[in-house]
Amino acid sequence: MRRYLTPFLFLSPATLLILLFFFTPVVATILLSFTDLSTTTFQNPSWVGLKNYQDLLADPFLKKIFLNTAKYVALTLAFNVGMGLLLALLTSLVPERYGDPFRALWLLPRILPPVVYVFIWQGLLAEAPMGLVSDLLGVSKNWLVAAPWTAVILANGFVGASFGMLIFTSAIRAIPRELFYAAAVDGATTWQTVRKVVLPLLAWPILFVTAYQTLSLLTSFEYILLLTDGGPGFYTTEVWSLRAYHLALSNYFGNVEFGLGAAMAAVLVVIGVVVSLFYLKIFNFKALVSEPKIEVY
Amino acid sequence: MKRGIPVRLEGLSKRFGRVEAVKRLDLEIGAGELVAFLGPSGCGKTTTLLMIAGIYRPTTGAVYFGDRRVDPLHPRDRDVGMVFQSYALYPHLTLFENIAFPLRLKKVPDAEVRARVQKTADLLGIGHILERKPAQVSGGQQQRAALARALVKEPQVLLLDEPLSNLDAQIRLSARAEIRRLQQELGVTAILVTHDQAEALAMADRVAVFSMGELQQYDTPEVLYHRPKNTFVAGFVGSPPMNLIEGTFTGDGFRSGELRIPIPGAPTGKGWLGVRPEHLALGEGGHPARVLVVEPLGREVLVVAEVAGVRLQVLLPEDRRPEPGGQVGVVFPERATLHFFDETGRRIGPE
Repeated sequence: MRRYLTPFLFLSPATLLILLFFFTPVVATILLSFTDLSTTTFQNPSWVGLKNYQDLLADPFLKKIFLNTAKYVALTLAFNVGMGLLLALLTSLVPERYGDPFRALWLLPRILPPVVYVFIWQGLLAEAPMGLVSDLLGVSKNWLVAAPWTAVILANGFVGASFGMLIFTSAIRAIPRELFYAAAVDGATTWQTVRKVVLPLLAWPILFVTAYQTLSLLTSFEYILLLTDGGPGFYTTEVWSLRAYHLALSNYFGNVEFGLGAAMAAVLVVIGVVVSLFYLKIFNFKALVSEPKIEVY
Repeated sequence: MKRGIPVRLEGLSKRFGRVEAVKRLDLEIGAGELVAFLGPSGCGKTTTLLMIAGIYRPTTGAVYFGDRRVDPLHPRDRDVGMVFQSYALYPHLTLFENIAFPLRLKKVPDAEVRARVQKTADLLGIGHILERKPAQVSGGQQQRAALARALVKEPQVLLLDEPLSNLDAQIRLSARAEIRRLQQELGVTAILVTHDQAEALAMADRVAVFSMGELQQYDTPEVLYHRPKNTFVAGFVGSPPMNLIEGTFTGDGFRSGELRIPIPGAPTGKGWLGVRPEHLALGEGGHPARVLVVEPLGREVLVVAEVAGVRLQVLLPEDRRPEPGGQVGVVFPERATLHFFDETGRRIGPE
């Protein structure tokens, strides 16, 4: 028993936090999803079993919202990872005195409050005398209405790419300088060095950023909420997590349905777990982490 | 395989900010010769090698391979092979793909790649572990793989940057002999950077001794040992290092404090007297000395003795072991095995 006491003590703070901030909300959400708790039944909610889930499946817009979510996650993820990688490579190839300030600049949106950041985007995308995009394209439109998906993906992506940029930059810097020398002597061009030496060595950081961002994009909705609130029109950019929020906490006429929203959130947790398992499988996670990250000679 | 070509450095220098790492270096290396760049860390030897490889651009000067000026060229256009101290094998590739890497980049047909990789690997005794990754083989095998990768494209110039310093002492000795044998067999021009003077003396046809970015002496190991040009080379080449005594030459001898050594035909003026530990002896009629330290080195014994306030290292056969604290006589050798340096450290005799 004593043998396990010390490791257990070391693990206890993290365990406590996970129990408190992950397991408890998940269990509470699942319990909530089996009730009909809403504004009208607030005083005496009753157990309804799987009714909320049946209602969800019967919802004619569920398919559209599911496809919206897939589109949003896939396109934003591609932009985040691709752009992050591109920025990391470009800023690592130029001298540090140019690369470092450029990266610092690209980090600015991340330290802006989302509301302020979205205001800037709304200004950029507005009609002619105000909107920079309208000015530059010579077509005066409210681009937020004309191309809502592009706006949502780019607004998210410009913030999101900086995460990958930082992770990939530090991973590139961790590659020993002599490996680049060896590649040059072996006859590789810069592009060949990137493709045959750098990218394979970035496999693990790429997995990490992709997996992490998939999960965070599945559940994040604040930029869409602030930019389009799921519009324009009827559910054009409404994603799963935003729909759960709308149902449970921000419905029109004050008729909020906690139970139904909780059911949507619970489904999202399941999707998240399935996606995680999928990533661990295709990237052969075990083999990747068991390989030494630092070569000690 | 094709023969190596001569390498010529003309007025080569390299500046990093305000630091001049290499100062106006002129050097010629013959075709098929193995030359060692020897010196302490920070002396400019690796910087020079990287300029020859094309990793660094010289601040001034030129690099010639044969008649071809190569210093404006990218490394891939220079036809060099290089082995790094850390080996710099690609960790994600098998040894086979590591060695094949330069050939794949040249778009050599697959069948030829297989044949050449296998041949080079067999030559180095690693033909049976080619499907392994670098992390799965020993340091010695990694070093051979790195050497195979450098040799597989049959370069005209082979650059070796401290290739042996990460190896165990025992493997290092055999690797030394093996690299030398391969280099002579292939006839490739080779440059070996090392801080280990024994390695330089054992492997090289000629040794270039560097200090503070400047070439001190460029000669055969024998000349370096017997006729060092200055006190730096005298102290750096040879182990244990040469005794250097500061004092005054008097025409018929040398004086340092109470110590007086008669030397017929000695120069005059202030300077340094150099004498190698293996050329000193203990015996009757020598200068009276006190033994401070006795250090057995196996076959030999290193004795530190104090003669009239001057500390000298004396290398003796193993059976002649004095007691620490005892009194002995130190016998200086004939004039021919002594070294005379002037006040600035420059060699002034004997010829």
